[in-house]
Amino acid sequence: MISRRSFCKKSLLIAGGLAIPLSCLELFDPKRLLAEKDEKGPRWVFLVDTRKCVGCGFCVKGCKVENEVPYDANVTRTWVERYVVTKDGKTHIDSPKGARDGFPNKGIDIGHGKLEEIRDEDIEKAFFVPKLCNQCDNPPCVQVCPVGATYQTADGVVLVDRNWCIGCGYCIMGCPYGVRFFHPVFHVAEKCNFCYHRITKGMQTACVDSCAFGARRVGNLRDPEDPVTKIIMTERVNVLKEEYGTKPQVFYLGLSKEVK
Amino acid sequence: MKSHVWRPLVVVLAVIAVVLVARKFLVPADFGIGARGYMYGWHRAGNEQQWKEVKVKYKTAAFCKDCHRDKYDEIKESPHRNINCENCHGPALNHPDDPKSLTIDRSRELCARCHTRLPYPNSSRGAMKGIDPKSHNVGLDCVTCHWPHDPRKEGHKR
Amino acid sequence: MVHGEAWTIKEFFTYPNEYIYWTIQIVMYPFMTGLVAGAFVLSSLYHVFGVKQLKGIARFSLVFSFALLPVAMLPLLMHLQQPLRGIEVMLTPHFTSAIAAFGIVFSTYGMIVASELWFMYRKHFVETAQSLKAIEGRSALQQAQYLLFSILTLGAWDISHEALEADERAVKKLAGAGIPVACFLHGYAGFIFGSVKANALWMTPLMPVIFICSAVVSGIALCILTYILTMEIRKQLALRHRLAHPELPSMDELKSAESHVVAMTSRYLLMFMVAAITLELLDLIFRGYTAVKSWDILRSVIYERDFVNIFVVQYGLGNLVPFVLFLIPGLTIRRAVVGTVLVLLGVFMMRWNVVIGGQAFSSSFSGFMHYVLPLWPDSMETLKEGLVGALIVAGTPFCIFYLLNKVMPVFKETH
Repeated sequence: MISRRSFCKKSLLIAGGLAIPLSCLELFDPKRLLAEKDEKGPRWVFLVDTRKCVGCGFCVKGCKVENEVPYDANVTRTWVERYVVTKDGKTHIDSPKGARDGFPNKGIDIGHGKLEEIRDEDIEKAFFVPKLCNQCDNPPCVQVCPVGATYQTADGVVLVDRNWCIGCGYCIMGCPYGVRFFHPVFHVAEKCNFCYHRITKGMQTACVDSCAFGARRVGNLRDPEDPVTKIIMTERVNVLKEEYGTKPQVFYLGLSKEVK
Repeated sequence: MKSHVWRPLVVVLAVIAVVLVARKFLVPADFGIGARGYMYGWHRAGNEQQWKEVKVKYKTAAFCKDCHRDKYDEIKESPHRNINCENCHGPALNHPDDPKSLTIDRSRELCARCHTRLPYPNSSRGAMKGIDPKSHNVGLDCVTCHWPHDPRKEGHKR
Repeated sequence: MVHGEAWTIKEFFTYPNEYIYWTIQIVMYPFMTGLVAGAFVLSSLYHVFGVKQLKGIARFSLVFSFALLPVAMLPLLMHLQQPLRGIEVMLTPHFTSAIAAFGIVFSTYGMIVASELWFMYRKHFVETAQSLKAIEGRSALQQAQYLLFSILTLGAWDISHEALEADERAVKKLAGAGIPVACFLHGYAGFIFGSVKANALWMTPLMPVIFICSAVVSGIALCILTYILTMEIRKQLALRHRLAHPELPSMDELKSAESHVVAMTSRYLLMFMVAAITLELLDLIFRGYTAVKSWDILRSVIYERDFVNIFVVQYGLGNLVPFVLFLIPGLTIRRAVVGTVLVLLGVFMMRWNVVIGGQAFSSSFSGFMHYVLPLWPDSMETLKEGLVGALIVAGTPFCIFYLLNKVMPVFKETH
């Protein structure tokens, strides 16, 4: 038989024991989550027209200056890739210094400071592809941050908290697009944030402003009247590396199968 | 709980209590779950404002237009109409207070970004007017012969 | 200089921001946690499953596991760009990240091992404290020792037969609880890699299991090796002090005990090694057979660029040779030493080939990156993430073990 005394003791113990795991739910209160999720306000997206890009690299230069990424450091928030497919079926890709100075050489940069020359008559097709952060709807880089130093805002932009990042590099590993790197001055993770200080003031991003060819455009997907949204909704657009399930939000016109 | 067997558990609980108390002091007050839930929105809310406060360096042609209307009108009439002033003149920053005057990039390399001939059929680069910088008037600045605000006009050499 | 530029050589097309960001310290990290987990599992085999033959090595491996524990954290701290902020993993953990589990799993495991050690050494603590208490006019050192051991008893001075039996039961329970936690501690290290979908070489659900198996292999190997080394020292001491202290075990007694323990333990080593190799080969065959998009570049990394590292050093020297050495009947101590050293090399190379090999190719699948280990430190960065940093990490557990052995003598007979 169970005594009253031990019954009281045991039920108190069980109640207390249950309270501990229950208190953890405070962190993940689903109701609070739902209440804080609002679908109003913009959802920033990007549109790249690869057919218009001429590889001048003004976007890369503008981005580096605007976002205080050291100019001579070999990292960059945005870059331009050159694809040259030759008649023998080979694809040659390069992006010297991220195309900060454009493509001053005809030869393809193959590393070790060497150039591979390609004769004009061997070129089957050739084009440029600008790259930047895809501000994915399912950002894998945010998912893997162990401390909550990188996150997505309500308007879809993924930001890095420079005061909270521990610099483990897991987000850099987690990004399939290679857009992240360590900032050479602040020693924390760094990435393109669609010039958050500009778009939230109604301006364009620095790369869009410096593009003379209209190859880059930024828009708001929640505004049906936005010209960028209209193109994304009505034309044949593509995204990069869809197979990773990241739901990238940088859309491309004129993408080719060679593009990595 | 009289048995000594529970002693290590007491120590463990004390350690946990210390960690919980320390958290109260060390975690910023605005740290929490944001718009994208715990998976994508676990962050310090104040950081969003910090990013919004980053200084704008490139002020765009609309800003230049206010004082340099003549230059603005000239380039807007030319084939170079889509090139932003700051691409060659550098970021405006707090101009005209700081810097008082901008440093203009008149180098060959700047023009060569677009006008080095690259015969790429699937890019509008292939259709652009281009030269081979290795043979085209080596050593001379492009602006000597070509007026950048309107390339149809002659340059600084008159 | 950009982080990673100092030791990365790029070839063909890589994205501009791609460098080898995870270097030697991230190789050391799963290697060290593997040793921790493996040493613990070995000691639990005796405590939980009552494998009597392992009695001699059980206590030793538990203390050694505890000595390795703080060192599992060291490579992470050396790798972080902001080491002072490391504590944030405990403050604002983001549990959708495998790394966030580190703080909790690591401390849970640490507490289990510490408690188990406390129960095991409580009698020793009490006896030492009491004998120190009996000394009249203690010196400053003795007073400090007395205080230390008194605190270590946590006020539990009862060493009656019943109390000690309760201790033993607690050890058994903790050892049982510790096995899944130790496996989790290491399995999650495998999960850190296995869950990175952006990396074609890492992403496989087998990764945590492979990591656990090779962890147990390396843990057992290190315990055998260290056990042999300490026994050799004890033999030398026995030779010297035998005349003065006839109660010490004789040379022959030590020798037979040693070879017995080594033979028994190496059998468990072999079992786990077979499991680890089977899984690794399964992974490799599966990748080749399914040959998805990434296989082209993986094949050129595995069969061409890293061929020597993977097939010669890891599988050949690190697995096949020790396998044969242990299987030849009549295992001698000298053969066991060679075998365990090679096994440790093999497991280290497996970690290397996963961590560095996974970054040897660009995620564009169009170029390669070559890692050059910084040998001589010419900056803080190359010190921390170079050979010197790795040697610091490798040497520290032995220093800690030396200190722990002063408080918790591994070879003194307790209850």
